[in-house]
Amino acid sequence: MIPSMEKRGQPQNIVSIKNLSFSRHDRKIFDDISLQIPRGKITAIMGPSGTGKTTLLKLIGGQIKADQGEIKVDEQAIGELSLSGLYALRKKMGMLFQSGALLTDLTVYDNVAFPLREHTRLTESMIRTLVLMKLQAVGLRGARDLMPNQLSGGMARRVALARAIALDPTMIMYDEPFTGQDPISMGALLHLIKTLNNTLGLTSIIVSHDVQETAAIADYIFILANGKIVDQGTPPQIADTQSDWVKQFMGGDADGPVRFHYPAPDYADDLLMLGK
Amino acid sequence: MIYLLQRLGRTTCNSLAKTGRSAFFLAHGLSGVTDIALRPYLLIKQLYSVGVLTLLIITISGLFVGMVLGLQGYYTLSDFGAEESLGVMVAASLVRELGPVVSALLFAGRAGSALTAEIGLMKATEQLSGMEMMAVDPIKRIISPRLFACILSVPLLAAIFSSIGVIGGHLVGVGMLSVDEGAFWSQMQSNIDFYDDIVNGIIKSVVFGFMVAWIALFEGYDAVPTSEGVSRATTRTVVNSSFSVLALDFILTALMFGDI
Ligand SMILES: Nc1ncnc2c1ncn2[C@@H]1O[C@H](COP(=O)(O)OP(=O)(O)O)[C@@H](O)[C@H]1O
Ligand SMILES: [Mg+2]
Repeated sequence: MIPSMEKRGQPQNIVSIKNLSFSRHDRKIFDDISLQIPRGKITAIMGPSGTGKTTLLKLIGGQIKADQGEIKVDEQAIGELSLSGLYALRKKMGMLFQSGALLTDLTVYDNVAFPLREHTRLTESMIRTLVLMKLQAVGLRGARDLMPNQLSGGMARRVALARAIALDPTMIMYDEPFTGQDPISMGALLHLIKTLNNTLGLTSIIVSHDVQETAAIADYIFILANGKIVDQGTPPQIADTQSDWVKQFMGGDADGPVRFHYPAPDYADDLLMLGK
Repeated sequence: MIYLLQRLGRTTCNSLAKTGRSAFFLAHGLSGVTDIALRPYLLIKQLYSVGVLTLLIITISGLFVGMVLGLQGYYTLSDFGAEESLGVMVAASLVRELGPVVSALLFAGRAGSALTAEIGLMKATEQLSGMEMMAVDPIKRIISPRLFACILSVPLLAAIFSSIGVIGGHLVGVGMLSVDEGAFWSQMQSNIDFYDDIVNGIIKSVVFGFMVAWIALFEGYDAVPTSEGVSRATTRTVVNSSFSVLALDFILTALMFGDI
């Protein structure tokens, strides 16, 4: 797909998942799924809340172990790495947590500087330059002296993004990057994700249920539901899907194969307390 | 009946598993000593928040405990005409027992609970996961400095507690109840042994500090990451560490001073 990369002998897929199964408390979250994430592209993973999108990112990051199957990142099987091997691999991955996960006792500036101070021997003035560049990219250079509890949810997520790209990772995983963003910062964020991906040659994985926004920038989409991949393809392919389920999900319709209501007895009967 | 047996089995398994996890956790935390050597400022910051901030409560409690010892000791000793021994009595009780034990209990309430809540909330807000994903070991970065700060500060706090306590005993005994000042100090000097009393007291408080830190940090790290889970963990820290301090005190006293 990307000739220049293949010429350098790098395999085309940065993440490859084979026959993955994972359960939590007897509930099967993933039931024998396989998927490939191509290098240098923006891949979106979508699905309703609670299907395990965050869990999938944690499995890729090696924070939790799969019950069955194999996850390879950069040709290394995550399950078989030692702790130090895993840490070395994680330096090449950035992850943007749903909540931001900023360190609450450090300022915005120190949060972004944190991975640089931990993993590099740069001087403070070089760190300062890098931190200000990353903060400028997310539009929060002026907020450098604020503490995380002074930020709105959307701002916190952008600071976390600046921190995630501080070490210039080769792959970055975004967990719900769009929730809580106003239309202006949403636009800026979409643009930023796209530019980061294209200019730095990053691989991006976006987990989201914001269908329209994600579809607008993704190169390839996987749709997860009930532990399975129910559909996959490029955005136009997904838009032309034959599946009623996917149509409903992408269109956000209340009516369709998925019910908005949790199973319940008849509404009128319930109100009149018939049949208790 | 079967249900009870099942519950018993499950509880046993869970607590064994928890003990195992806490042992690995401790070993991992102790192995962070090398990182602390590289970043001493992390330890210094924790010494401040764990040690210095507990100083006030330790000082005030030490003063009152010493004063009470002075009063009680005087009434008992004066029945035997042995008021002159008040200094020894106050100092020995403090250095051997009350200093290490009461300061460890106060420490568990003041610093231990705060540590559990802090770590538990860091877990609940994904800060620990976030560090892992940034390839920073949260146990070495967050837990180890706090562990060593506790081990270092509890003995110091106990020493301060005992010293202030002696001053409290002196205030009451010599100042209010007119025990002879010279006898108060000289009896104390000649009867308190450096190794038997002071070193043993320090050993006790190192052990207590270690125990409280281990329990507090592990409970925080192992907490269910919700507000309810963190509050339960905090309660468990105070209850379990107070209990462990008292039980360990008995064992250590038997080993050090008893002929068992
Ligand atoms: N730490 C956990 N312990 C137990 N169950 C969990 C935990 N984290 C998530 N789950 C469960 O796993 C499922 C998938 O969660 P998650 O990956 O967060 O979903 P998503 O990100 O797609 O909304 C949910 O049903 C959730 O209740
Ligand atoms: Mg999620």
